[in-house]
Amino acid sequence: MASRHGRAYRGFFRLLESVGVKDARARWERKSPFLQRAVPPLAIAAVVLVLVLPFRTPDPAAIVFLAIVYALYIMPPRWRKWALPATVLTIAVLYPFLVQQLDYQRFLFEIPIFNTFPTIDTMAVMAIYAMMAVGLNIVVGYAGLLDLGYVAFYALGAYTAAWLASPHASQFHINGKPIDLNIGGVGVTEGLGGIHISIWIVLLAAAIVTAVGGILIGLPTLRLRGDYLAIVTLGFGEIIAEVAKNGDSITLGFNLTGGPPGINPLDPPGWGTWLADHLGLPANYLEKSGQYVNFVTLVYWSGLVLLLLTIFCSLRMRDSRLGRAWIAIREDEVAAAAMGIPLMRTKTWAYASGAFFGGVAGAWFGSFKQGVFPDDFYFQISIFILCMVILGGMGNVWGVVAGAAFLTYLNQEGLSSVSTWFNDKVLPCDPNTADPAKVISGGCVNAPLVSFGIYGLIIVLVMLFRPEGLIPERRRKLEFETGVHDEPLMDLRHAPES
Amino acid sequence: MEAVPVRRRQRSTSEIVTSTIGLTLVALVVVWLGINFVKDWSTFVELTFSGLARGSQYALVALGYTLVYGILELINFAHGDVFMIGGMVTATVVINIFALDSNPSAGSLLPVILISLAGAMIVCGVLNATIERVAYKPLRGAPRLVPLITAIGVSFIIENVAFIWKGPRPVQLPPNTLPHDVIFTLGTCPKCATFRWDQLFVMLVTVPVLLGLVWLVRFTKQGKAMRATAQDKDAATMMGIDVNRTISFTFIVAGALAGTAGVIYALYGTAVQWDDGFTLGLIAFTAAVLGGIGNLPGAVLGGLLIGLIYDYNEGLSWYAPGSSWSQTIVFGILILILVFRPQGLLGEQTPEGG
Repeated sequence: MASRHGRAYRGFFRLLESVGVKDARARWERKSPFLQRAVPPLAIAAVVLVLVLPFRTPDPAAIVFLAIVYALYIMPPRWRKWALPATVLTIAVLYPFLVQQLDYQRFLFEIPIFNTFPTIDTMAVMAIYAMMAVGLNIVVGYAGLLDLGYVAFYALGAYTAAWLASPHASQFHINGKPIDLNIGGVGVTEGLGGIHISIWIVLLAAAIVTAVGGILIGLPTLRLRGDYLAIVTLGFGEIIAEVAKNGDSITLGFNLTGGPPGINPLDPPGWGTWLADHLGLPANYLEKSGQYVNFVTLVYWSGLVLLLLTIFCSLRMRDSRLGRAWIAIREDEVAAAAMGIPLMRTKTWAYASGAFFGGVAGAWFGSFKQGVFPDDFYFQISIFILCMVILGGMGNVWGVVAGAAFLTYLNQEGLSSVSTWFNDKVLPCDPNTADPAKVISGGCVNAPLVSFGIYGLIIVLVMLFRPEGLIPERRRKLEFETGVHDEPLMDLRHAPES
Repeated sequence: MEAVPVRRRQRSTSEIVTSTIGLTLVALVVVWLGINFVKDWSTFVELTFSGLARGSQYALVALGYTLVYGILELINFAHGDVFMIGGMVTATVVINIFALDSNPSAGSLLPVILISLAGAMIVCGVLNATIERVAYKPLRGAPRLVPLITAIGVSFIIENVAFIWKGPRPVQLPPNTLPHDVIFTLGTCPKCATFRWDQLFVMLVTVPVLLGLVWLVRFTKQGKAMRATAQDKDAATMMGIDVNRTISFTFIVAGALAGTAGVIYALYGTAVQWDDGFTLGLIAFTAAVLGGIGNLPGAVLGGLLIGLIYDYNEGLSWYAPGSSWSQTIVFGILILILVFRPQGLLGEQTPEGG
């Protein structure tokens, strides 16, 4: 029992006993478990309050927030199992109303060091990255295949959307006439030409195209052993990025990707006029411009729904026959093969499923940005998403989503907020003398420039000190602790000798 | 005694198909090169010279990958960035310490080269060994992908340290730091191929370093320990070899080779950028896989071949994809090699494979 408690706990009671409270620890541990759980945070809060009160008045919003966290902390686990997701979801859905408030202080508060809460823009991007992280988690977390070229699927999805929902196709002719097709397209004006398909169909189409792409990439390479597979996927990621850059009529001879300027404009997301008239759904997200409900808010909400769908599918897949086969392969390939699991087919399915969600995320990103640019798909994105999966906890969907949320926030706003705080409070400097292109200049620090170095540091620290991630999956944690037999079955020794 | 007849193993259909496709691809490349040679031999020969100079750098970096993979079965992803640090050290020596002008004389150039070489080899060797100590050693018992992921993280850290150190732009060395004078000319200009001093310099550095490496691995006690550790760590421990020290030593050697390549890269190309290590590292890894990972002559052969292919692709005129497809070609080679001949051209030599 005693091992459950840390050194601070023991020290605290030793301190109490030394000032004369008899048997403090023994008496405390006889109290009900609820009390034991509920009182310490209150005591800590009281101490903090006494210390802070002379310097600043606490924000009522912050107190409400902490109270919610406290309530979740003390409630019995069987309630928390439902209350925690419900609370998070409620806050996530209502978030635009909280953050786009004119009087920010009334509903939200300033976080120490990180300053403000993330904007809706950040949240919309967060949903996209979280979707990709959940997709990558299928490959890395469930099946244990390291994929360093996930950005390829992101790009593939985005470019599929660009073909199916933009005027790009109008430069090609069928039977002497330029291509002109409109199936529920949004924001299409007369004589625009090209293919315009409703974004919701495009998302599915992009997902399928990407999944097929995943199978095509996977088939020749999945029989390689883990570290070679990682490098090969990286190579594919780089190849796709280069094809995206060179895919215009000058270099490739066929305007596949629009070359360096990319393809834009893409159709904005929306439900089209018919659904708008009959169901009241917004016809074109771009046309909304309210204080609370505007373009970005709608994109955020839709992204949230897509993310929930992704999470749902991912969880159901994990518990399915296929998902259990993935986990079996991850733990021990030889044993899995001996139990009759077809290795290649199972791995290919993992690859295709991961790619599927990457494609959805890519297409949604393209629609959100209303353009697809080859420079958005560089190698570092793959590692960024991998970092989310690793930080959150490989295999655990909730951990991965949390990791994605945190890292996206850090990437979009957090790092620059922290630098601002650092330059203001810790080592004050004059920002006017600082060179914006340098990380350290004039005494100022500009952390966003080295963001990927920071993610690299996160990766190394997590791998060294907590390889199962911050919110580990129980099973995966055991694997890291006790070690698994991860000698692959299909490796070079078994490769055909020619 | 009855003689047992040696029977050749029957090859399966898929093996025959794979090897046919592979051989066809190689034949196509050879035909493409041949036609280009016939059409314009002078460009071809000139590209061969520059390709060999480029390939020497790849070979030096590839040796580092192969040494480390041979002993730890780890793709040291940060190796390319160690190479880049070597280039940065050279840039510092040339620009900040000696402040060379363009077209320096041989007398002023020689000490710069020697100091750069010594500095880069020491810095990169120590850096590489430190990385191993801090980031890889605690993970020796972990699943195999864990150190690989760590290596990627380390690579990002080193890149960003260089970014903080030297800024976002390429560090420009003075133009013509190495003399560009012609040593000899084949044919009569304008249809001629020239061999230049800077290309000779690359060979002059690479060849002794390679000979030194061969001597180190083949004929010294430390080299014997390295080979023993690569074959079987437990058995090596039982024979009284300090495995940890041997691994550190291997990382120092690999780092020193990367540092040498960095010096050549900086002096020959006269520009180093903070993220140069990533691409070149991957190309060099491809070279190591092409030659057969863990195989030292294989890494050199692979490096030279990739260097040649790289320059042929960028310079030849008849149906060459050109420089905008360089990465696709290199990674295409990597994928094709892994699919068709995963053990590489000269065969792999790893603890589990050998």
